[in-house]
Amino acid sequence: MGVELFLQYIAAGVTYGIIYAIVAIGFNIIYNTTGIINFAQGEFVMLGSMIAISLHGVMPLLPSIVLASVVTMFIGALIEVLFIRWLKSPTVLRMIIITIGLSILIRELALSIWGEGVRALPYFTGNEVSSVEIGMIRISPQVLWVVGICLFMVAVLQGFFHFTLLGRKMRACAANPVAARLCGINTKNMVTLSFMLSALIGAVAGCVVSPITYSQYNMGTGLAIKGFTVAILGGLGNSLAALGGGIVLGILESFSVWFMPSAYKDAISIAILLVILFVRPSGLFGSKERMALKEF
Amino acid sequence: MRKYLGIAFLLMGIVAIQLVASLTDSVYYLTQLTMAGYYTMAVLGLALLMGYAGQISLGHAGFFAIGGYSSAVLTTYNLLPYRDGLFYRLLEALQLLQKREDLYGDTIVNLHPVVAMVVALLLSALIAYVIGIPVLKLKGHYLAMATLGFGIIVYRVVLGTALFGEADGISDVPPFRFYGDLGISGDMDLRVENYYIAWISVLLIMVLFINLLDSRVGRALRAIHGAEDASRAVGIDTGDYKLKTFVLSAVVAALAGVGLTHFNGGIGPSEASVMKSVRYVAIVAAGGMASLWGTMVMSTFLNFMSLRGYFGSYDDALFGGILILIMLFAPEGILSISFRRAWKRLILRTERVRDGDTEGR
Repeated sequence: MGVELFLQYIAAGVTYGIIYAIVAIGFNIIYNTTGIINFAQGEFVMLGSMIAISLHGVMPLLPSIVLASVVTMFIGALIEVLFIRWLKSPTVLRMIIITIGLSILIRELALSIWGEGVRALPYFTGNEVSSVEIGMIRISPQVLWVVGICLFMVAVLQGFFHFTLLGRKMRACAANPVAARLCGINTKNMVTLSFMLSALIGAVAGCVVSPITYSQYNMGTGLAIKGFTVAILGGLGNSLAALGGGIVLGILESFSVWFMPSAYKDAISIAILLVILFVRPSGLFGSKERMALKEF
Repeated sequence: MRKYLGIAFLLMGIVAIQLVASLTDSVYYLTQLTMAGYYTMAVLGLALLMGYAGQISLGHAGFFAIGGYSSAVLTTYNLLPYRDGLFYRLLEALQLLQKREDLYGDTIVNLHPVVAMVVALLLSALIAYVIGIPVLKLKGHYLAMATLGFGIIVYRVVLGTALFGEADGISDVPPFRFYGDLGISGDMDLRVENYYIAWISVLLIMVLFINLLDSRVGRALRAIHGAEDASRAVGIDTGDYKLKTFVLSAVVAALAGVGLTHFNGGIGPSEASVMKSVRYVAIVAAGGMASLWGTMVMSTFLNFMSLRGYFGSYDDALFGGILILIMLFAPEGILSISFRRAWKRLILRTERVRDGDTEGR
């Protein structure tokens, strides 16, 4: 394998890896404030891109993406209010089953609205064949959009959690919900907010990646599994580590097609998930002590 | 003897349904009931694992598929090219092969379904044992994701491997004959017999499970579900019990897969899909988690309705909806809502009356 090809694989891996990382961060935001793994996380990505594609039929690209993300954000809020908010200390098993049921319902709803067809948003700049040369590799400009927007989102999120009052309230809820409530923070609203945030970033990620990977009603499940793998890889709850984990998984996946049939590509990331769960459930970068102290 | 009362009712129900179907000339309902019977077997195994050992498995369709696919591959793979080999002659001498003609009239030689079944069950037990050791150490989300991951791996492997027929699955699986023509097959004339084969199997599994739960093992399992740390403190080897239950439920699911594959004469990748696993979980949840009878009733009802196509294209949505509604409003299962409470009240009252205590209502 030549150096160029090697770098090309890396570039492809990074593109996918960043999307997985965004899904993983969505998992983390909700996990940190509620202790719930939202199995419907991948569905936000699907909804965001599908709504944007539909809206793009009647309006330009940018407003359709913004509107789709906002709509998805409110769907996230609606889900929390309808299905999560009023439950009194639900068991983990109960929450797992509810969120799985939600993901099925959303998927079936999407199937009846948009059908089985594969759709895509247009490339933000250029088209399918245009490419940018960076060093020795040529990549599609859309890859730069994906990497740029996703990294921007991660940076904004970090800023939000560390430098705004609202973000700090959310962190307080994650660290100690009881103490946060004693300080006058409405923890229930913070949970709603966490669903809105993770729906929002999922939707944006779905929109930017849609031109490359295409969108379909059932794209959510695979993304959710990979996002969870990444979240575990980085240590559940740790968003910056998730970014690293995502890139590692994306690169491993893109190299896996090199030595085994691509039909098994999905099985690779799941096998990695299983191995990590068995060997190091606190994640590659995490430790047991860190796990106990939730941080975004 | 009281615990066999339910079994007696089940037997009567099985016979009654067959009689009604035969007398009203609607035997075709029995086909879906037979299939529902096999799914019910798999679901019962899961109920044992979820309701009593308290471990969720989102990969049970994987075990169902391992059973079905092993059986299908072994009974359709033509061994004739190997007829000079030692192994072939050994199998022939033991009468473990069966000859038949395929669609084009060529002779093909396969393993006998009994051998295939034994291999399928052993294989599923082995796989369950090997993955069960690490998987069952996990809890909560981790356990759910790990079993889900296992299910997806089985699905991907089945879908991507030529030996398993990829997206087409395996068809032309021979009938599983026990005696003469009698056996598991999709033969129209054997519909009633097949209905009984499936449901007597369900009944036997019920008997097995009921006795298991009424023994030292069952009490240990319930203790684990109630409080795992406490049960370990009183000397229950929790890991061992969980693993054994996991293996047992996997083997029962595989057995169901073997049965359904011979009944349908084939198996496709959809049997291994995540949606199937979720469905099994939905049914166990609907049946009330720790209630074998509730699970059996719900499984028969829901599977029958679904197989008859009454739910139309909303099939999957319906199962998702059931999951949400039950977990939101009745996490103990729908049969528990008021029915069980009313039942208990009724029993309490009659007992009090019998004991001469008429005051304390």
